[in-house]
Amino acid sequence: MNTNTNAPRWALLLLALGLAVVLLGTAAGSQGWQAWWSVGADTVSRQIVMDIRLPRSLGAWLGGALLGLAGAVAQGLFRNPLADPYLLGSASGASLGVGVYLSLWGGSAWAMTGWLGLGLTGAAFVGAVLAVVLTLLLARGVQQTLRLLLAGVVVGVVLGAVTSLISLLQPQVLQAMQGFMLGSTAFVSWVACATMAVVLVLCVALGWLFARVLDALSLGEATAQSLGVPLYLARLVLVGVISLATGAAVAHIGLVAFVGLAAPHLVRSLVRCTHAWRLLLSALMGGALLVLADVMARAMFAPQELPVGVLTAVLGGGYLLWRVYRDADTGVRA
Amino acid sequence: MADSSVVYPRVIYPSRAWIPVFAGKTPSSLWRVLVCFFLSVIFQSAQAITVRDDRQQKVQIAQAPQRIVSLLPSLTETVCALKQCHKLVGLDRYSNWPESVKSVPRVGGGLDPNIESIVALKPDLVLAAGSTRGADRLQALGLKVLRLEPRNHADAQRVWRTVAQALHVPAADSERVWQSIQSGVQAAVQSLSPAARQQRVYFEVSPAPYGASESSFMGETLTRMGVANILPASMGPFPQVNPEWVVKAQPDVIMAGDSSRASMLQRPGWGRLRAMQGQRLCVFKQDESDMLVRAGPRMAEGAKLMADCLNRAAAQADTAVGSAAKGALP
Repeated sequence: MNTNTNAPRWALLLLALGLAVVLLGTAAGSQGWQAWWSVGADTVSRQIVMDIRLPRSLGAWLGGALLGLAGAVAQGLFRNPLADPYLLGSASGASLGVGVYLSLWGGSAWAMTGWLGLGLTGAAFVGAVLAVVLTLLLARGVQQTLRLLLAGVVVGVVLGAVTSLISLLQPQVLQAMQGFMLGSTAFVSWVACATMAVVLVLCVALGWLFARVLDALSLGEATAQSLGVPLYLARLVLVGVISLATGAAVAHIGLVAFVGLAAPHLVRSLVRCTHAWRLLLSALMGGALLVLADVMARAMFAPQELPVGVLTAVLGGGYLLWRVYRDADTGVRA
Repeated sequence: MADSSVVYPRVIYPSRAWIPVFAGKTPSSLWRVLVCFFLSVIFQSAQAITVRDDRQQKVQIAQAPQRIVSLLPSLTETVCALKQCHKLVGLDRYSNWPESVKSVPRVGGGLDPNIESIVALKPDLVLAAGSTRGADRLQALGLKVLRLEPRNHADAQRVWRTVAQALHVPAADSERVWQSIQSGVQAAVQSLSPAARQQRVYFEVSPAPYGASESSFMGETLTRMGVANILPASMGPFPQVNPEWVVKAQPDVIMAGDSSRASMLQRPGWGRLRAMQGQRLCVFKQDESDMLVRAGPRMAEGAKLMADCLNRAAAQADTAVGSAAKGALP
């Protein structure tokens, strides 16, 4: 493919857009647009900008990037444009982790020091990763894509049922669970940003390394096999990338909907390129989308705040629907 | 605590050997702790206080907090009942009692607190429910956060004492108020007629339907009244019940929130419930429900609401029997 030439330009553009919105985000908050120039003046507004708005905007970008990357990897790996980062059970695993955490709250001393030592974030991450491990076990490895998909669906449904059961037995966790399901970037700290940044760099590097395999896979499984790419290893690593990226994002910002699905689609409609660039662009696109949605969520009804997940669901859903209708009209394949 | 233990002894008692027993024997750190203890008895108000919150974390509070943010209605009510209402500078959107707090700025909900609004208020104490992400974040930003989540009567007492301590309210004062709340509950218990005490109650908290069992806060109030609950403690505090179970259990009285009224009549078999037929049904308005469900200082008012309901229901049953008997006469 010699259409890669546009990709670096798009990458720079999306990166610049994302960073610009992150900076814009430092001026959007509880009192609308303000407290930017007074940073030097008083310690509280400095704390608000430096320790609250900046990490949360950056966190939104990083979380969106992780989801966009995971979505692009999933769509490439499963050769299915409907694949999203939550496909392997991460989402329901994370919810279950949070549910268990919340229901143990105030319980025995053992539970307090052990599981609760992880914090809500740790619990969600562990839940997300364990769910993917369970999916892999049920699918007996990664050889068969279809089996993997089915196992992911089963794990998602079953863990979801267990979570419902927990919130039924302990209704006091219901509301907190709801908050987690909607997703919010309001509580992202610098530590969370650093964690997500490390995971993002790692995942982008791994994705870049194994993107060649995704290119081969897009020609069909048999062709990929005949091309002699390390299919098994690549699948294992890429499933690991999906799980790690999704787990890190979900643990810090909750179950934000549609970014992981919409970002790769947007990239595909904008630029034709190999998977290496597509993964990178999807990450940058996801980051830009989520931080944009986050700033909107903060500014639209200030000082009230909209859960960012609600906004991404509405915008992402609307976008996908528009794509589908446009494609149906013009006959263009997505 | 370190500050006071270093400063006070040296200023007030220049010599370390002023207590003969300890002179030259005890390691200085222990000595300091002991002096600190004695001083804490003497200078109670100026002393740093360490309280333990629901996460088993020790929170040290150097002086009486002057700017308090509360993110849970029952904690807001506790602060106000301790006569510290004027120190509240920010509240969650659900805190609505007493009337005076309605003008206090709102900082989001307990689960979705607006972090920067709270930081901008520069509070020296944040009271939050136990398990929220917002509390973690506020703590990480350097605010003093006390996590307390009262769910039953024992919790209510513990939380009351912890908040009183944290606010540097003298123990004698806070205990006195607590005793008056308890005697209010006791008065409600004693106001029950013997017939009212014989009734069995179903308390519905939301129309799913979720009921309140013996181990919930309202359930414990009912137990204190000696009234039977059709939902045993073993079902967990707020079990989702099968409507059929209620029909089978035949409660004498049904207590419910406003939201349940509409759906109750449509549930199959419920029309034949004794309590429904005899109008022994107490539907609490939203502000009354607040009193009943919040494990806080208005528990006496809540208990009185329940007692009145039970007495009314018993009287209704009485007149029903009476009129039935009258009707049987020729």
